[in-house]
Amino acid sequence: MNTAADIKDTGFEQELAQHIVTALNMEINPAGIDPLAPLYGDAGLGIDSIDVLEISLVITKQYGVQLRSDDENNVRIFSSLRNLANHVQQYRIK
Amino acid sequence: MPSIPLLKYRQPESVFAWQDGNAISAQRFLTDVVSLAELLPARSHILNLCNDRYRFLVGFSAALLRGQISLLPPNQTPDLLNRLKQHYADLYCLTDAADYRGPLETLHFPDLSQLVLPPTSIPEIPASQIAAIVFTSGSTGNPMPNEKSWGSLTRSVTAEAQRLSILDRGNLTLLGTVPPQHMYGFESTALIALQAGVILHAAKPFFPADIGAALNGIPGPRALITTPVHLRTLVASDVDLPELELIVCATAPLTRELAMQAVTRFGAPLREIYGFTEAGQIASRDTATTDVWQTLDGLSLREEDGVIYVSGGHVVGELPFSDVAELHSDTTFSLHGRTADLINIAGKRTSLASLNHHLNAIDGVLDGVFFMPEEHDGNTVRLAAFVVAPDLDTREILAALRLRIDPAFLPRPMHKVDALPRNATGKLPRASLATLLQQYKGAA
Repeated sequence: MNTAADIKDTGFEQELAQHIVTALNMEINPAGIDPLAPLYGDAGLGIDSIDVLEISLVITKQYGVQLRSDDENNVRIFSSLRNLANHVQQYRIK
Repeated sequence: MPSIPLLKYRQPESVFAWQDGNAISAQRFLTDVVSLAELLPARSHILNLCNDRYRFLVGFSAALLRGQISLLPPNQTPDLLNRLKQHYADLYCLTDAADYRGPLETLHFPDLSQLVLPPTSIPEIPASQIAAIVFTSGSTGNPMPNEKSWGSLTRSVTAEAQRLSILDRGNLTLLGTVPPQHMYGFESTALIALQAGVILHAAKPFFPADIGAALNGIPGPRALITTPVHLRTLVASDVDLPELELIVCATAPLTRELAMQAVTRFGAPLREIYGFTEAGQIASRDTATTDVWQTLDGLSLREEDGVIYVSGGHVVGELPFSDVAELHSDTTFSLHGRTADLINIAGKRTSLASLNHHLNAIDGVLDGVFFMPEEHDGNTVRLAAFVVAPDLDTREILAALRLRIDPAFLPRPMHKVDALPRNATGKLPRASLATLLQQYKGAA
């Protein structure tokens, strides 16, 4: 099982950050996203549930990963860019 | 006094709901309602926050039996709940989230599964009883109440079911992606199961894969009750759905293009519903083939001094449209853009006046305004905001807003400016704000 510390493929984190920033029309530099900061809420990227739908679409299109809300790891998956990147890397089929 | 049964078109043993893959009979539902009603505290107003749609409807029905009014506010921010508490002093909340913590006295939905009660007859509810108060966002931050009687609500969902051709369809299951706590989901996924003889699905699937799994987990036939945001994501995903009999969409305007894509992709008719909080649902159209709205049965329209009024059917009195519309006959119309002040994102409603009030109420904000850009590409439109606040950074302003407004309305982007482009009369022309936003986009 991967934990946040296992994978340090920051290149992939950057690629995913770029997809998220583009999908959400955010006016920020993807390289400026702290990979360990929470995605939800005002402490980090400040995304909300509509954004999560947009992100899920990008992840499905780019990597073939279908997100499920009853995944018990969901809280962890969306807790940071790094955890989201780990999840996508683990289950990607393209 | 005329009364209307809680439940219609149901035999005791027929399936009333699907919950976690299990069928719940109409008899079991009635037993749960009567049992819960006995456990509710003696109060007059309830805030029903149950996430599970079945538990929500049991809670609503139990409250109805006890003569308690269900409040349906536009959001559940701490600011709004405290305002409600001030106005409805005995308000309590019912929740099925074990870890829920809020400002109201809380009743956790009890486990009713072990109760074995004798068969219950179907309760009758007085038609004039106030069943719910639905709130719109007022311009002063205080929500505006709209009382809904049991008679009006039941007439509304019956007219809807007739229009959707699903009245007394017995084995048709309605799966909703919208919460039952807002008017559309309240009527079209919850009340409709009580009054129209269709089956409720307890889940509220979110991701496209969730919707697929929920639909695949029940026997057909199936209908999907959703919004443009969810529909767009669903169409764009490659999730396989089982055969759908009907797709219903509401809350924000649906484009012809997306409607046609959905019809082609899922092979089901798509019917869009239009309404507003004061009147409830008003009209429908088959968006893939027409722009013209047809009023629900019993309703009629008239125009006076450029304002369109609706009356008849479930509408109490005569109510003005809040949107700009063109009348074609006394039962058909076209919408020409929704009224600029009303904001609707993913089924959540507010007004620019309300948002501006909350923004300017933050300590340190000297002047501020929200701005709704024109719809551009297929993406969900987001609000922008311009703020004059020399001593705050945008993160601090966002944190303060988060306590007061629904996250769906948080501005993106928010720009700090030295002054707003107010004209000589102090107004903020839309064109000036559009230009300002464009300047920031150009600079990014």
